Amino acid sequence: MSHHTIDLTNVHYHYPDGTPALTGLSLHIGHGEAVAIVGANGSGKTTLLSHLAGLLFASAGEVNIGGYPVAPKTLSHIRRTIGLVFQNPDDQLFMPTVYEDVAFGPLNLGLPPASVEERVSAALQTVDALALKDRPPYRLSGGQKRAVAIATVLAMEPAILVMDEPTAALDPFARRQLINLLKTFSHTKIIATHDLDLVLDLCERTVILKDGRVLADGRTRDLFRNKPLLAEARLEQPFSMQACPVCSQA
Amino acid sequence: MRNIVTAWLDLHYLDDLARQASFFHRLHPAGKLVITLAFAVTAASFDKYEIAGLLPLFFYPLAVMALGRLPSSRLLQRLLLVSPVVLLVGLFNPLLDRTPHDVAGLFTIAGGWLSFLSLTLKLTLTTTAALLLIATTKLPAIGAALRQLGLPRALVVQLLLLHRYLFVLLEEVGRIAQACELRSAPGKGLPYGAWGSLLGQLLLRTVSRAERIYQAMRCRGFDGEIRLLMLRPMQARDYWHLLAWCGFFLLCRFVNLPHAFGHFLLEVL
Repeated sequence: MSHHTIDLTNVHYHYPDGTPALTGLSLHIGHGEAVAIVGANGSGKTTLLSHLAGLLFASAGEVNIGGYPVAPKTLSHIRRTIGLVFQNPDDQLFMPTVYEDVAFGPLNLGLPPASVEERVSAALQTVDALALKDRPPYRLSGGQKRAVAIATVLAMEPAILVMDEPTAALDPFARRQLINLLKTFSHTKIIATHDLDLVLDLCERTVILKDGRVLADGRTRDLFRNKPLLAEARLEQPFSMQACPVCSQA
Repeated sequence: MRNIVTAWLDLHYLDDLARQASFFHRLHPAGKLVITLAFAVTAASFDKYEIAGLLPLFFYPLAVMALGRLPSSRLLQRLLLVSPVVLLVGLFNPLLDRTPHDVAGLFTIAGGWLSFLSLTLKLTLTTTAALLLIATTKLPAIGAALRQLGLPRALVVQLLLLHRYLFVLLEEVGRIAQACELRSAPGKGLPYGAWGSLLGQLLLRTVSRAERIYQAMRCRGFDGEIRLLMLRPMQARDYWHLLAWCGFFLLCRFVNLPHAFGHFLLEVL
């Protein structure tokens, strides 16, 4: 795995209807870090992730991945480096079977059939979904879909794993399985989420966004202890840091 | 509206059928594609008044249903869905073509009725063959076969994306239909005034969903070509199967089998 850092410098982005989404966002993420991006709805989390994957380009400012600016000419390199797991796995799974879906990326990399098969099996094995390989994606449960969506990205062997709301719509068991799986990854991880307990489990560092810029950036536990800061960002402490309401009443 | 959701489920049903592992499913997709095309050309090439000559061709769909272990009733239901189109195409034949035709020396009938019946048989045969191809071969495999047979890349990509977006469109229709149903008065349909905005919503939602899928494809290196898993090379059994069916179609086309069978019976008896 190569050493890839992420640098965003004073990034601005306006949607075509004029809505400002990023308003001077600057951020540096080092190799191997696990960083959570949190913030209220509309704070710019998904837009930020779209900039990292080259799905959107900054109106002003610069986005650099491993020293390469994210631009149309560098996209093939950027997309080999960044693996983006979408918020809705149904958007990510578009082939008729799980196997073909996971093979879609490696085939586009021009790998020989034997390597494709190797990568697909390894990726499905990692997320414990090898038994699902012949199933159509629409027949999978929410947790299985999420696991396969991650496998489709892992098969590309990216250096940086970017996830948008990975635990959305998962039941508690599937959520815990996913957290345990993500703990085993040595990739640089960037996770945009509202699930602050997941952040406590997985990310040493947290970036809080508000109105398209960084409101706070620091150690997860330090930021989550700061209740006024969380309130300003329309967030609240994760359940595991709140005093138990039943015990405190007793 | 509920029918649309049912149609969507049925698309999945056809996909499920194509995922079976019967003898016919395992045949090479290119071979099956050529057989289907040869069958359609044979059926279409018969004279417009021909009826008896077309009947032996029904052996092909019956054989495929048996070899592919396909449920005939569900496929016939699909066929009934397209039957209004078939009937519309030949509806005016009996009115426009009144040439008298002798039927087996027993009675005389207007040529229009014969051509209408012949057209119905031809359309039934070709539609069934297409349906059977989809029910025994996954669409990406058909796409790969089309590429092997030299069809331009752009057309094959169009076909595969059309298939994918058909599901997307129907999923959105299903959601909108459900939302409408929950908010309309029982027994009453949607007011006419709401149809415009509903269709507009459908278009916008489908476009936005399609955009997200396209982005997911781009993130995984999509550059305008859908690279499919390699098909295995054609094997002896695929060639034999192809030759046997093409031979049968030629036999049906150039020998009037019901006629020949009738003569044979008369001679024996």
